[in-house]
Amino acid sequence: MTDKTITPREITFRVRRYDPDVDTVPHFDEYRMHVHDGMTVLEALHQIKAEKEPTLAWRSSCRMGVCGSCGMFINHLPMLACQTQVLHLDSDVVTIAPLPNYENVKDLVPNLEPLIEKHAAIKPFIIHTNSKEIDEPTGEFLQSVKERESISQFTHCIKCGLCLAACPTVATDPLFLGPQALAQAYRYTADNRDCGLHGRLEAIDIFHGPYQCHLAGACSQACPKGVDPAFAIQLLKRTLVLDSIGFGKKKSSLAKVMPLADVVKAIEEFAPPPRTVK
Amino acid sequence: MNSNKPTAYNNRLGIKGWVYAGNYTFERYLYIGHRLSGLGLIAYMVLHIVETANRMRGEEAWQGLMALFASPPFKIIEYLLFAMAVFHAMNGVRLIITELGFFLGKPKEPVYPYSSSIKRHRPLTFVIMGLAFLIIILGGSSLFFP
Repeated sequence: MTDKTITPREITFRVRRYDPDVDTVPHFDEYRMHVHDGMTVLEALHQIKAEKEPTLAWRSSCRMGVCGSCGMFINHLPMLACQTQVLHLDSDVVTIAPLPNYENVKDLVPNLEPLIEKHAAIKPFIIHTNSKEIDEPTGEFLQSVKERESISQFTHCIKCGLCLAACPTVATDPLFLGPQALAQAYRYTADNRDCGLHGRLEAIDIFHGPYQCHLAGACSQACPKGVDPAFAIQLLKRTLVLDSIGFGKKKSSLAKVMPLADVVKAIEEFAPPPRTVK
Repeated sequence: MNSNKPTAYNNRLGIKGWVYAGNYTFERYLYIGHRLSGLGLIAYMVLHIVETANRMRGEEAWQGLMALFASPPFKIIEYLLFAMAVFHAMNGVRLIITELGFFLGKPKEPVYPYSSSIKRHRPLTFVIMGLAFLIIILGGSSLFFP
């Protein structure tokens, strides 16, 4: 990044507007304002709302890339508005639109219901077969560091929905489960504490499932948390193939349980050092 | 508010969503190529059945059709068909390799700047696409300069 690109200057923001009570199709409004170094797109929107257009609507919350609320189509790529610095876009015109492949509720607000519905469909929770241990737990389920590392990357999903906006298959197939749900299906299926692959097959091993993915990689490029959904989908495909030919990973009915007494002992062993400052 | 008015705008990109790759990566363009070549091959299969059905119209009609296919424009179309088939097959091999989890690396903690599996398997992508390009060139030379 050259110094020239991050020089504070006047930037034109082309913001897509849509009010279902008034408009039949969206249109773009332009706002020109001075942008300083470090200013994010979200901050720019706040300034536009405060100074120029009080009716402008969008969704945001944490402003630090954790909640995943402020996903927008910024200069034709899905990004989090709070993580995107205006001057780093290296353009004097910044186009902001709502995330594509979702219904547009108002201005920059997408309807993320399909994302949540697809996520819920793949049973995003640990499925056990030992109901007795669930109802009357005798301890905690063990997971080694290696086992944790094999899924850790995929646990960072914040459900911002950028991957579905980037996915070319979702663009034409509304029923495609999409990168988010499929990545989470792998995240739970690969968890050593989970025995739910066959319980999820009904939801994931379908025509609109992982084999609709042709590895465009757009989801991984768009993901603001480095989850790499395209990678998880390929691993899910491998899991399904191996399972279908009988070479699937044989999981015991349940991960090993660490008795509660040992859990307490382990916690004591990893207790923080004594205070040195009173 | 008019109850018949839609409460939301359908913002699905549709065909444009997969035909236009914009600022996305190389693999996103391969996705377009894979789908377009696949559709092209399906269209060829249909036309091929129509073409061979002409045999039923007699020897003369068939010979006439064969003479037409030997003309330069059809040579070029034949070559494009060959190129589509090669690209689709080679990219298909790449997809099968990745679908079985090879050349993608291992999952790792996402620490910024993130490394994606797409970048990790790009050397394989370049090798396979290089092979496809070579086959297409060699095939063209044997087709046009037998």
